[in-house]
Amino acid sequence: MNVRLYVWQRATAALMVPLVLIHIAVIFYATRQQMTATDILSRTHGSIVWASYYGLFVAAVSIHASIGVRNVLAEWTPLAERHAGQFAIMAGIVLALLGAHAIFALVVT
Amino acid sequence: MIAHGLKHRGSALWIAAMIHRLSGLALAIFLPVHFFVLGLSLHGGARLDSFLRWSDQPLVKLAEGGLVFLLTVHLLGGLRVLVIENFDWRDGQKQLATLAAAISAVVAFVFLVRMF
Amino acid sequence: MPETPAHLSVSLWRGGREGRYEAYTVPRRESQTVLDVVTYVQRHIDPTLTYRFACRVGMCGSCAMTVNGHPRWTCRTHVAKVADGGNLEIGPLENLPVIKDLATDMAPFFEKWQQAKGVFAPSATRSDALARIKPASPARLAADAAIECINCGVCYSACDTVRWNGDYLGPAALNRAWTLVNDERDAGNTARLQAIAASGGCHSCHSHQSCQEHCPLALNPTASIAGLKRRAAAAYLKGELKA
Repeated sequence: MNVRLYVWQRATAALMVPLVLIHIAVIFYATRQQMTATDILSRTHGSIVWASYYGLFVAAVSIHASIGVRNVLAEWTPLAERHAGQFAIMAGIVLALLGAHAIFALVVT
Repeated sequence: MIAHGLKHRGSALWIAAMIHRLSGLALAIFLPVHFFVLGLSLHGGARLDSFLRWSDQPLVKLAEGGLVFLLTVHLLGGLRVLVIENFDWRDGQKQLATLAAAISAVVAFVFLVRMF
Repeated sequence: MPETPAHLSVSLWRGGREGRYEAYTVPRRESQTVLDVVTYVQRHIDPTLTYRFACRVGMCGSCAMTVNGHPRWTCRTHVAKVADGGNLEIGPLENLPVIKDLATDMAPFFEKWQQAKGVFAPSATRSDALARIKPASPARLAADAAIECINCGVCYSACDTVRWNGDYLGPAALNRAWTLVNDERDAGNTARLQAIAASGGCHSCHSHQSCQEHCPLALNPTASIAGLKRRAAAAYLKGELKA
């Protein structure tokens, strides 16, 4: 972990504090209203707001989780730091792609 | 070499850091699944609904309550780190750490109650 | 009040990296310290026991060992305080190569001190006027709060991140770097910030605070390292650091 990774890790963490709180509130609301899939999709379909919010969230979490995983691999497995970094980048890309796919599903279809 | 050095790992702050790390790992494993399921709705509401019906099962609801706990505890643990690193040193951190764990448990419990 | 037992059973690490704990029985004495116990074994039971000490009054830090799982100064640890039901397990400091028995090789510890640029870089010569430093300036207060470190290695031994990450410079080296970062007279900060911002530097610290909990002088390396993190991040964002 160096200063560059540190800054990205902490910045995405700070950014996600309000994003996570909003997300938890949204989920609480949806479960309280007992919303069905159709209800949810009717609200998110075509929405720039939801796309932007979750797009930002997915980007932030992909970066944040990737750096976190890198640290854990470097410290807790015999992997060298370089390989831990490579694996972590792949994990981050997987997260980002799956997340983008999910947002696409919620907003575009 | 000498594996007896686990004694001092009982401090509240060390446990807080460990929970923070383990919850992060668990979230890193859960999130791709979570995103994947949402992507299922690409095929329309029907597939998501059938999944939502599956998720009505008590075991699944329990797991989701656990995940809310993980998310909350990871968030609070992260706040601990951000505070230590960016603000003046404060005593009473152990009490705050314990309080954070308690809050996470409460939030997760409330969520769980709503689900059942 | 139960009577103090006449004897104490102690396990001492014997060997190098490979070895085992061996048991000894030692007479219990009033106000006995762990160093007294080790000394008794070496003088009366087994002269081949290897251990280190110097001042025996809590000033030099040479006698640091692992006592019932915690790194401590053995001369300042009363047996009565730590003997777990009359048992004591004493081993060499963790996270350092073992030379023999209770003595470790401190070289890696001091090498990391150098790597962290924990060395004063002068900015003036003897012909220049003396520097005038305000004792109550925030920088001087920060330096003074951390400066009493005598490099005993207890914090290094307590730190899990040191254990997990061979590159990590460790709490003592970084604490020392922090005192110099706050020293107005020092001219070496560019190189120093570069050193502590690199891989294995201050950003590897997870704030477990085992260092702060164990420091016999009640120093707070976690706070020093937090200060370094802020300085390095600010320098990086201003483009003064390469990463």
